[in-house]
Amino acid sequence: MAAPRSQSKIVRWIDHRLPIFTFIDHELNEYPTPKNLSYWWNFGSLAGIMLVIMIATGIFLAMQYTPHVDYAFDSVERIMRDVNYGWLMRYIHMNGASFFFIVTYIHIFRGLYYGSYKEPRELLWMLGVVILLLMMATAFMGYVLPWGQMSFWGATVITNLFSAIPVVGNAIVTWLWGGFSVDNPTLNRFFSLHYLLPFVIVGVVMLHLIALHQHGSNNPLGIDRKGPQDSIPFHPYYTVKDMFGLAVFLIIFAVFVFYLPNALGDPLNYLPANPLQTPSEIVPEWYFLPFYAILRSVPNILFIPAKLAGVLCMFGSIFVLFVLPWLDTSRVRSARFRPVYKWVFWLLVIDVLALGYVGAHRPEGFYLILGRIATLYYFFHFIVLFPVIGWLERPLPLPTSISAAVTKKGGARLASATTPMEKP
Amino acid sequence: MRKKILALVGIAAIALTAVAVAQEAPEPPHQQWSFDGPFGTFDRAAVQRGFQVYSEICSNCHSLNLLHYGDLGPNGPGGGIGYTEEEVKAIASTKQVTDGPNDQGEMFKRPGRASDKFVAPFANEQAARAANNGALPPDLSVMAKALSGHADEIYGILTGYKEPPPNFKMGEGMQYNEYFPGHQIAMPPPLTDNSVTYADGTKATLAQEAHDVATFLTWASEPTMEDRKRTGAKVIIFLLVMTGALYGAKRRIWADVH
Repeated sequence: MAAPRSQSKIVRWIDHRLPIFTFIDHELNEYPTPKNLSYWWNFGSLAGIMLVIMIATGIFLAMQYTPHVDYAFDSVERIMRDVNYGWLMRYIHMNGASFFFIVTYIHIFRGLYYGSYKEPRELLWMLGVVILLLMMATAFMGYVLPWGQMSFWGATVITNLFSAIPVVGNAIVTWLWGGFSVDNPTLNRFFSLHYLLPFVIVGVVMLHLIALHQHGSNNPLGIDRKGPQDSIPFHPYYTVKDMFGLAVFLIIFAVFVFYLPNALGDPLNYLPANPLQTPSEIVPEWYFLPFYAILRSVPNILFIPAKLAGVLCMFGSIFVLFVLPWLDTSRVRSARFRPVYKWVFWLLVIDVLALGYVGAHRPEGFYLILGRIATLYYFFHFIVLFPVIGWLERPLPLPTSISAAVTKKGGARLASATTPMEKP
Repeated sequence: MRKKILALVGIAAIALTAVAVAQEAPEPPHQQWSFDGPFGTFDRAAVQRGFQVYSEICSNCHSLNLLHYGDLGPNGPGGGIGYTEEEVKAIASTKQVTDGPNDQGEMFKRPGRASDKFVAPFANEQAARAANNGALPPDLSVMAKALSGHADEIYGILTGYKEPPPNFKMGEGMQYNEYFPGHQIAMPPPLTDNSVTYADGTKATLAQEAHDVATFLTWASEPTMEDRKRTGAKVIIFLLVMTGALYGAKRRIWADVH
């Protein structure tokens, strides 16, 4: 193992015993990265930084928060009022959840567009889906902690989903609650798990990074690096690009934290939880709305009651992502060279936005119909369109190498660097 | 590609607007507020007048459990509403606070201090309901944040009492209110012209009182709002400079790749 080119004796002494500097050198300075990554590749590191921000602010909030049904709401308000910069910590954490999901969803859609889940990155993708599931569980439990009206009723609705499981459902729900309703034991365990799961996420993120560094990043052309002319070291090229992207992102984030801190949340959560008063409309935070729409759109399917079918479809909508690498039969990664998929991709984006729109409304009339169509389309897209398009589509010719595509017309205009094939 | 993104942003914007519009009660008309916008601050005179309205009228039924008297003074979160420490002490000392137990094991009454919480009008929920025809006057500490229309909705409800439309069925002891969800509210009209006599000589019309108390309750719901906006301006200016510097650094480092 090559020692880093450090002159410092101390560094060399440590590195000889614990090769931490060699490791950093290897993963940052030597780590070859495609030279043509676009700004869509910034969102992975942004998600990582959001995770760190959430953990850091969360630790400070936990120092002042009281996980008890009688004190939780007031302790959060105490943080807002009487703890120095408590309002800052809480608003960063609260809006941070939304922004964590924004960057993660963009990161996922980028992977879908450029085929980042394909051979040899299947496990990298699947670990990402695991992270998404963990994030969802963590966000859900975190939202319960302020113990407002939506916290309580959201927790009641979502935990009740498990009662749809045949035979043992009700027993499972009682076990989850630690009682016969959402109450103090529920709040306590949610707090405990909300503190634990982010560190589990850190662990899976590390696996995600190990898997990433095994074959390196995919790129907008979706072709493999053919040699040193196709790649540049991660540092300083992508460290500075990620930093610049981070600064732009932080401006948008700061606008929300400082000027629109409650714009993304439900105002009802500023009313203390009241088990005797059900809100007229129970809706989750915006980032769960597409899944909520699927849950509420599904009717009875044959002998499966609507509730169980809804729960199965909701979890199925994530599970289908796990098997996506084998559902997509196209060998071409980037949508840039897939004349049909390139358009169909946007149908999925519109479909998910439509589901989000439906999720904010009662499943009645127009919303129910739209929700059912969008749910059907979601599964149709993954289970039917992905394999079929892969079989039938005639991909455009791939460039011979990344650097060939880059040098042809200059780095900034990669899309036009390839001549599209004449339509037959 | 760019067109497609624009189209999607358009769709998302339409969807979001539709979400915002779909609400049960009619949206209360927007008023001018001193705290509106990124540079808005609380009009201290209006907050003090609103505090007077709250103290003389609202506080007969509504608590403000999350506030301390000291919050009104310079040591409060966000620097208070313009009272000096002496004035805060004087305000607190007019209230009778239950303290104890003392050395004899008994609870006792004493004049309030700045560190005391606002004294609630009722000892508990049951007492509040018993005195209010079975209805519970909610705590108002964060009400301005809990209502989707915020200060506009407080103003709308306080000025929105009307005769019910001809064939509207009213519940027992309920009032018709244009801006309350479902239009039926248990609270009788709390404010009229000249409900209070303002210490600063402002004419106490219903609109003025409603506007002042909505300003006060917005302050009460987030006394640190001005800190937040001030800090935000500094943070964003810093970030803009940092973004510029990093953009320059990025261009320079990448110059040899392009």
